[in-house]
Amino acid sequence: MIPAIDIEQVQKHYGKLQALKGINLTIEQGEFFGLLGPNGAGKSTLINLLAGLIRPTTGKLSVMGFDVQTQYRQARHALGVVPQELVFDPFFNVREMLRFQAGYFGLGPENDAWVDEIIECLGLTDKAHTNMRKLSGGMKRRALIAQALVHKPPVIVLDEPTAGVDVELRQMMWEFIKRLNREGHTIILTTHYLEEAETLCSRVAMMKQGQIVALDSTANLLKKIPGKNLRLKLAAALPEALRPLIRHEEGNEYMLALTEVAQVERVLSQIREANIVVEDMQLIEADLEDVFVDLVGQP
Amino acid sequence: MNLISSKMRGPWTLFRKELLRFWRVSFQTVAAPVMTALLYLLVFSHVLEGRVQVHGVNYTSFLIPGLIMMSVLQNAFANSSSSLIQSKVMGNLVFVLLTPISYLEFFLAFLAAAIARGLVVGLGIYLVVIVFIDLPIIHPLLVLAFTILGSALLGAFGIIAGMWADKFDQMAAFQNFIIMPLSFLSGVFYSIHSLPPFWQEVSHLNPFFYIIDGFRYGFFGVSDMSPVVSLSIVALSFFAISWLALHMLKSGYKLRG
Repeated sequence: MIPAIDIEQVQKHYGKLQALKGINLTIEQGEFFGLLGPNGAGKSTLINLLAGLIRPTTGKLSVMGFDVQTQYRQARHALGVVPQELVFDPFFNVREMLRFQAGYFGLGPENDAWVDEIIECLGLTDKAHTNMRKLSGGMKRRALIAQALVHKPPVIVLDEPTAGVDVELRQMMWEFIKRLNREGHTIILTTHYLEEAETLCSRVAMMKQGQIVALDSTANLLKKIPGKNLRLKLAAALPEALRPLIRHEEGNEYMLALTEVAQVERVLSQIREANIVVEDMQLIEADLEDVFVDLVGQP
Repeated sequence: MNLISSKMRGPWTLFRKELLRFWRVSFQTVAAPVMTALLYLLVFSHVLEGRVQVHGVNYTSFLIPGLIMMSVLQNAFANSSSSLIQSKVMGNLVFVLLTPISYLEFFLAFLAAAIARGLVVGLGIYLVVIVFIDLPIIHPLLVLAFTILGSALLGAFGIIAGMWADKFDQMAAFQNFIIMPLSFLSGVFYSIHSLPPFWQEVSHLNPFFYIIDGFRYGFFGVSDMSPVVSLSIVALSFFAISWLALHMLKSGYKLRG
């Protein structure tokens, strides 16, 4: 089967700055894929290259088998992008914007039923005739998602879609996006909310300084952090002998990385020997954030 | 029934959106330039009527085609340039850049909208003026040809300016230091034969002069230059500016990094 996304040896330079340093990545059709990394890692550059908004210095990118440079019409038909910034056209209302966007893709009144369905699914029915500039931030975000979906693209890229979005809207959006994924759409997500990526994405790439530093299924990445995390709240500072285990610390609250459950008893006995009172304790599974911190070096 | 094929619907939609964009603010984009042209006409005709005749035509009648064309040119330029700079600054140009619309289709849609605004403003001024002044048109096809070509030239120029400018300040500089001097020094208010020889020669380098002179010929049948020469120079200028605009669009200048 043709991959949804195929990226071969892609580099992007801005003068002396190497924004991307030879990216290779294949995303299969139907995947829910996460692209993670700190600011400046190159995630948005990669998305802009896929969307044809910028051109690679070297390398090739294709969407559903169509080269984004030489077969840009087919490639752009196959791709829907939700941009990170809350951009909008202040002259038009929501329904007008969606109809214009569909028109740019060659779709006319025959697509109006789908436009109405997206408006309803994203909770925009009451705002369909409201000018874009009068919408709240959350509503503008919904309209952006709707715009990316008007031409029913098989591949959907969401660049930080839940930044600044309240919990209710976030859940509603994910239900809708998960439905699209179940219906066969490939979803590519960049997010700072690692728990979102962990819950939603079947596979994840982690980027750092223009390179992919980890690429695997979410389950395999989680296995790379063996054992568990032990959260402790102590009445005094942690004994010096246990400090090498610290993953995070804040005052006398510590997160310790354990390689096995049996280590808990050894930690607690050392705390008892130091006559330190344990005020609170919790044993937690390692999560994607731990993998991210290990590989990328920052939460 | 769909009258537009799906292949043509992209650029057609972009054209319609650009039309609607200026029509939604028609007080600013149509009524205001009509009012400005009428004020120019009122002031200049009051001061100079009866004292000046050009090519045997009374001054007020001579002035009207120049004022109409100056407004047509300035508004055609403003349509494409302001739409582009606004979309760039607001960031919503991305909605068009993400679509399969080609650079040529993008150019044609913006150009057609600029021509439409030029025609609407020109027709608006003409319709208001003929209520007060008898102004027959001797060669209507020439009037139409110069209006369309002039709007197209300035629409293409506006696309270049819109791509080049990164902020409204740069766009204002383009408008005030290039478009305004070229249109005011093009013979809107005078015949270039009334200028000293040196400035007559300089005026021949200004493409706006040929647009206005040829347009005026369409009304009165008299002009400083032959209308065929004027039409040829305007057409050549349009092709040259369009080539540059298309080259910039194809390369993605300041639009696609």
